[in-house]
Amino acid sequence: MSVTTPSPELSVSASLESATVKNWKAPIVFAVFSVIAVVVFVGFRREGVSEFRFATGSDFFAIPPLVVGSTPATIVLSVLLLALTGYSVWRTSTARTTPIWLVSLFGVLFVADFLAWVVAGNFINATGLLLGSIALSAPLIFGALGGVISERVGVVNVAIEGQLLAGAFTSAMVASMTGNALVGLLAAMVAGVLVGMVLAVFSIRYLVEQVIVGVVLNVLVAGLTGFLYSTVMGSNEALFNSPPKLPQLPIPVLSEIPVIGPILFRQTLIIYLMYVAIFLVWWGLYKTKWGLRLRAVGEHPQAADTVGIRVNMTRFWNVSLAGAIAGLGGAYFTLGSVGGFTKEMTAGAGFIALAAVIFGRWDPIKATLAALLFGFASNLQNVLGAIGSPVPSEFMLMLPYVITILAVAGFVGQSRGPAASGKAYVKQ
Amino acid sequence: MSGSTPTDPGRGDAADGTGTAAPAAEAAAAAAPASGGRPVVPPRAEPTLLSRISQSSVTVTVLALVLGLVAGGILIAVTNSQVQATAGYFFARPTDFFAAVWQAVAGGYGALFQGSVYNINRPDFLSGIRPLMDTLTFATPLIAAALGVGLAFRVGLFNIGGRGQMLIAAAAAGWVGSTMNLPWGLHMILAVVAGLIGGAVWGGLVGFLKARTGAHEVILTIMLNYIAFYLLAFLLRTPGLLQAPDSSNPKSGPMADTAVFPKILGDRYNLHFGFILVILATIFVWWLLNRSALGFRFRAVGENPEASRVAGINVNNVYIYAMLLAGALAGLGGASQVLGSVTSGVTSGIDAGIGFDAITVALLGRSRPWGIFAAGVLFGALKAGSFSMQAAQGIPIDIVTVVQAVVVLMIAAPPLVRSIFFLNRPARRAAAASRLPEVSAK
Repeated sequence: MSVTTPSPELSVSASLESATVKNWKAPIVFAVFSVIAVVVFVGFRREGVSEFRFATGSDFFAIPPLVVGSTPATIVLSVLLLALTGYSVWRTSTARTTPIWLVSLFGVLFVADFLAWVVAGNFINATGLLLGSIALSAPLIFGALGGVISERVGVVNVAIEGQLLAGAFTSAMVASMTGNALVGLLAAMVAGVLVGMVLAVFSIRYLVEQVIVGVVLNVLVAGLTGFLYSTVMGSNEALFNSPPKLPQLPIPVLSEIPVIGPILFRQTLIIYLMYVAIFLVWWGLYKTKWGLRLRAVGEHPQAADTVGIRVNMTRFWNVSLAGAIAGLGGAYFTLGSVGGFTKEMTAGAGFIALAAVIFGRWDPIKATLAALLFGFASNLQNVLGAIGSPVPSEFMLMLPYVITILAVAGFVGQSRGPAASGKAYVKQ
Repeated sequence: MSGSTPTDPGRGDAADGTGTAAPAAEAAAAAAPASGGRPVVPPRAEPTLLSRISQSSVTVTVLALVLGLVAGGILIAVTNSQVQATAGYFFARPTDFFAAVWQAVAGGYGALFQGSVYNINRPDFLSGIRPLMDTLTFATPLIAAALGVGLAFRVGLFNIGGRGQMLIAAAAAGWVGSTMNLPWGLHMILAVVAGLIGGAVWGGLVGFLKARTGAHEVILTIMLNYIAFYLLAFLLRTPGLLQAPDSSNPKSGPMADTAVFPKILGDRYNLHFGFILVILATIFVWWLLNRSALGFRFRAVGENPEASRVAGINVNNVYIYAMLLAGALAGLGGASQVLGSVTSGVTSGIDAGIGFDAITVALLGRSRPWGIFAAGVLFGALKAGSFSMQAAQGIPIDIVTVVQAVVVLMIAAPPLVRSIFFLNRPARRAAAASRLPEVSAK
């Protein structure tokens, strides 16, 4: 920067002051959803009342069910949605952004509007709905946490699906052979680490395009587990594929709080591990030396190398760690919920976890919330299927994927990954 | 871009010098001008014949295939009950063990060969060659979809969306084929065109979103795969859309006789007209990439999008055209699946994993049209053979998936293959020799 020519700098700052960037994507999305709400929920209004029940057997006190008239509720909520859209348009026209809380509030109101419309003349158990959401979210959350670590350190992890599947298979097999679910959990972590290590070696040592390694690893794990399932497990189901399920461990006192208790504190060990993992990943990533180094390597490996961080070793061990976390998520499929292993039982959960990583903007807490949202959507589809929903279940199942496309296309906030994610680092 | 670069199709920035052909020399050449000094060209070590052979892609491909088959053989042997029994008294009589291993592996791969190339148990040549025709039938949609994936690779795009594009194409072709009433020939053409358009729309959507919003195509294609799957599931179970009339199964009606691809070698073989279309598609992609102006732009963007933009190429439009074409090629695969291989009707599993296999085929074929053709035939053979392997030897068909994945992993990492076969010593010495001047240049 030379002293004699300050003019470019001046003109830059001058143009910055007057520049107004209006991003109309958020108001457009708001408007589209508001129109859907008005046209579908109010236009095709349904008769009757919608009832939401909260009580379970062993609460301190019972919360009375919430009963609302479907038509008035949808009208009120749709008007609120329109108001929020108007507010967003006003903010954008005065060159201000639409804050994240506004997006969240809009989302919650839209879901409430949808529920008030869809449940009309029937009832759903809200506690059960949320409890099921946690169950469906758990593997997604583990996978997403693994994905966040891996991508934050600079290795794109498309192999989450493979890690989940490997974890599910190994935990089922080891837990049945030893008769001990805890050993199964450990085995699942080891399996996830192994997949992670292959990903790391191929992308760091052999500089193979990371997306390709991930895709091929998914195929490899699917083939291997499918083969071993047919040959080994099929030969002796009792010995190899009848794992003990993890017992429920209600936490005293906390588990008796209405609504929250049964949902959060009457769970198996693996869910409690999930709470710990969420906290540890968040705390580690933002508050410790380890996290600082990890993020430095993912954002600017050359700078990290310059200050003495061993870039490729950091990447290798953290991708392996990410594999361990994702492997735990795989164990949830067998030890936590279903019991036995079945072929390709993860059924795309790894890709939803990947979607949660992106929708959660590579942040552990936001990715967890995204995974919860996706779990909620697929459980809502289950629940609504039971009461007869006017919305085809396939569209509910599509939701996470559509939301992710909207997110990466920039319609829902800005999504920008770690700068060096996906790029191999070669020391010059 | 040199032929020996492992994953050159996917890598947009060739300048990072991650290829296998003397990366140190390239890095030095790239670093020297940046450091302000006069460009220093390090003396290249004269490659010996052995090192040239060991670095050639054909050798790596063959060795990777060997490794894949070895991995498959190990799996077959380990899970074979006879082998397990003889391993119990290995030290007493090792010959039993090795005989059992040989029997299991040779039996498995013998069945694979007989199921994919020539069945020696048949009396005459014409019926003995039937497995080879099955191989080509299995290869047909695989090659088409892999051409789509490979074309996108050449433009620097990862098209993981072969599955979604095939599903939408199958739905479109299946709808025309099963519900319309048209004369022979016209009906078939219209159904194929519908498939091509269906695939192109689904692929073009990715190109459009990438060009307009900068969204990454890997995420877009993965998500669109699932959206296509659920969309097709919805269409198939909703009466009046794609579901067969008077049926409650999630399946479309069978294709009309006027829309089904004719068998090109008579009714004795399953090989259908789709194979001719796929040969034409391969020629078209070869011509497009190597002889046309659009193909030149495709390759330029694939090599270096920034330089292409500077040179006046509209990179965003290239992304859209490339994904439209890639989707149409995958769509051809979907259409040939519906109109040729499985004419009984569209189901949500109509893609039969071809969309993902296509990625491995494109990688094995190094994204070159005729390479993809050969790789497609090879994987078609594995697929055809896997069924007779399962029938004759009780080996699950998943073994082929494992072999494919190992082969592609190995092909993607030539240094690993060479170190497994102890072939890389000359290369390493050459690299070490060329690294010395690099240090002095800094």
